Amino acid sequence: MERILFGDNQFFGVNHSSDEKSRAQAIQFKEDATILKTLDYAIDEGVNTFMCTTHDRISAICDAIRSNTIKYHNFKIYPCLPYAHKYANAVTELGLLGTLKQYVPGNFFGSLFRGGVAIVSKDYIAMMKLLVDAEMKMFKGIPTPVIFLQNVITDLLLGLGMKDVIKAYHQYIISEYNAEPGYITMNMPKLLDFLNAAGIENPIICTSINVDGFRMSGGKEAYEKVLRERELRVIAMQVLSGGAKKPKEAISYVCGLPNIKSILFGASSKANIRETVSIIRDYDLDDENVIMEEYNHIKIY
Amino acid sequence: MIRVALIGAGKMGISHLSILGAHPQVEVVGVADNAHLVTDFLEKYAQYRCFADYNKMIEVTKPDAVVVAVPTKLHSLFVWNLLKNGIHVFVEKPFCLDVDEGLGLIEMARTRNLVNQVGYHNKFIGTFTEAKKIIDTGLIGKIQHFTADMNGPVFIRSKQQNWRSKEDEGGGCLLDYAAHSIDLINYLVAPIDKVHGSMLKQYYNANVEDGVYALLETKNHISGVLNVNWSDETYRKMATTITIIGTKGKIIVDTTELKLYLKETPHHLKYSKGWNLIQINELSESVDYYLRGEEYSAQLDYFIKAVNGDVPNNINNFESANQTDRVIDLIRNFKTN
Repeated sequence: MERILFGDNQFFGVNHSSDEKSRAQAIQFKEDATILKTLDYAIDEGVNTFMCTTHDRISAICDAIRSNTIKYHNFKIYPCLPYAHKYANAVTELGLLGTLKQYVPGNFFGSLFRGGVAIVSKDYIAMMKLLVDAEMKMFKGIPTPVIFLQNVITDLLLGLGMKDVIKAYHQYIISEYNAEPGYITMNMPKLLDFLNAAGIENPIICTSINVDGFRMSGGKEAYEKVLRERELRVIAMQVLSGGAKKPKEAISYVCGLPNIKSILFGASSKANIRETVSIIRDYDLDDENVIMEEYNHIKIY
Repeated sequence: MIRVALIGAGKMGISHLSILGAHPQVEVVGVADNAHLVTDFLEKYAQYRCFADYNKMIEVTKPDAVVVAVPTKLHSLFVWNLLKNGIHVFVEKPFCLDVDEGLGLIEMARTRNLVNQVGYHNKFIGTFTEAKKIIDTGLIGKIQHFTADMNGPVFIRSKQQNWRSKEDEGGGCLLDYAAHSIDLINYLVAPIDKVHGSMLKQYYNANVEDGVYALLETKNHISGVLNVNWSDETYRKMATTITIIGTKGKIIVDTTELKLYLKETPHHLKYSKGWNLIQINELSESVDYYLRGEEYSAQLDYFIKAVNGDVPNNINNFESANQTDRVIDLIRNFKTN
């Protein structure tokens, strides 16, 4: 994993500290070309991994990436499945069955409804795999070395204690996509226990880590303890706690923690991208551990 | 441990179930829903005991408390049944379609000394609770006027398939969306007791309203405007903004930000003259388990604490939810008059 990853919230009007800003960003990124231009700013700064949802508009971005193999030869995407609002809105509009009928591909569901009577299949795992395939379709031909489960699903499965479903997802991503499964969560310490109990060791976990303790469920101290003592690969997100913090102070806190492999951030302007990247790189240059790790990383590949 | 069961494993129900499942003081003893696709899944992968009939579930699992997340038209009957069995109740919003039935349930919960709460989760969001503190300490002076704006993308096409599109089941923008804003005004400003005009507009639904526009007045004569539309796709999800203007200042508050304008330097050191901007990350209290928003965990945690006797049962109890039902009725009846 690269040290710095670029996120997509700003492109789709997601802003955790300001509804108003989020609507302004939705206007700013109306055109796909504006999104691509912003990705270019990130690439110019040496950030070659884009971590994104499966929002409908990402499909057009993927087309552009596929059509310019020279420019994007180093470019990778970490998809985050699923784009939950799409399903949440559909459930509100169509109901649960209606949503599954709309989104589970093929006639998987067609065969379940005969003569108006639902013949319920018990093969939920097969359904999950079909949904993963449907979501992954848009990335075909683009390297996707890590595939994430979105926090709303990860945390739902965690709360419901569905170890077998998580395990099935984990194995499917490895076997079908030859990729590493990753997990986005707002409950990192609890999730790590849960994954370990499901037999998943040293997982890739993307989670909120910031100096404010914002969205660090169970408390900042619990997170710091896990980072010091346990085996996991962490991607820190919301390091600026939703954009509200002074970047220098925020990043020095995150970079000073052990076990943070990568930092995920999103920004809308060239200046902000440049500033955030350079603060992280400056901090890392002062930190021997990270340099050693990056050196090891280079050696492996 | 509090033994809790769930009735209704739809979108809200599953979310509640997950929060309850992660709560250290809760043992989930059963789930009732008539959708086999869902209960089979929960039985197989979460090992919950599931039932198609909620009465059977109560009889077998004997819960201390039940979370009810079924279509609104069923609330009165289900809650009545639960209270009769001596069970503490958390029910989704809005409370009851019939205001008088709600009054009966308030009385029943009171005489049986049972904890009762309704899922108006906004009161557990840091920005709104801070706004309440600011207003109660008199920082913006005597309130003159309010506006409540609420928008979202629930129905953006003429295609409707579920109970939210059926008035007799408790569907419609007034019950589903506007109820939140009304409840917030009752909490932040004062209980609304007069409606001076209302328009319920249909854009995509044939049977229920998609827009709710009303002129309101609180019992202490503060005027306000309600402007709610659940058919606006320029919003990614439900967005609620309340603006309150007073003699000494003004508040504009939504789920992420609180903007406070003060005419003069207050005694309160936290804020200063002019505009003050406070964001949710400065206001939200960390929860033990997070799903979709701190407020969803916080409201259930409050309910469990109330069952344990650790907090008073005075946030979102049946009584406050009944006041909201009353305003919903006033707005709807104004239309039919």
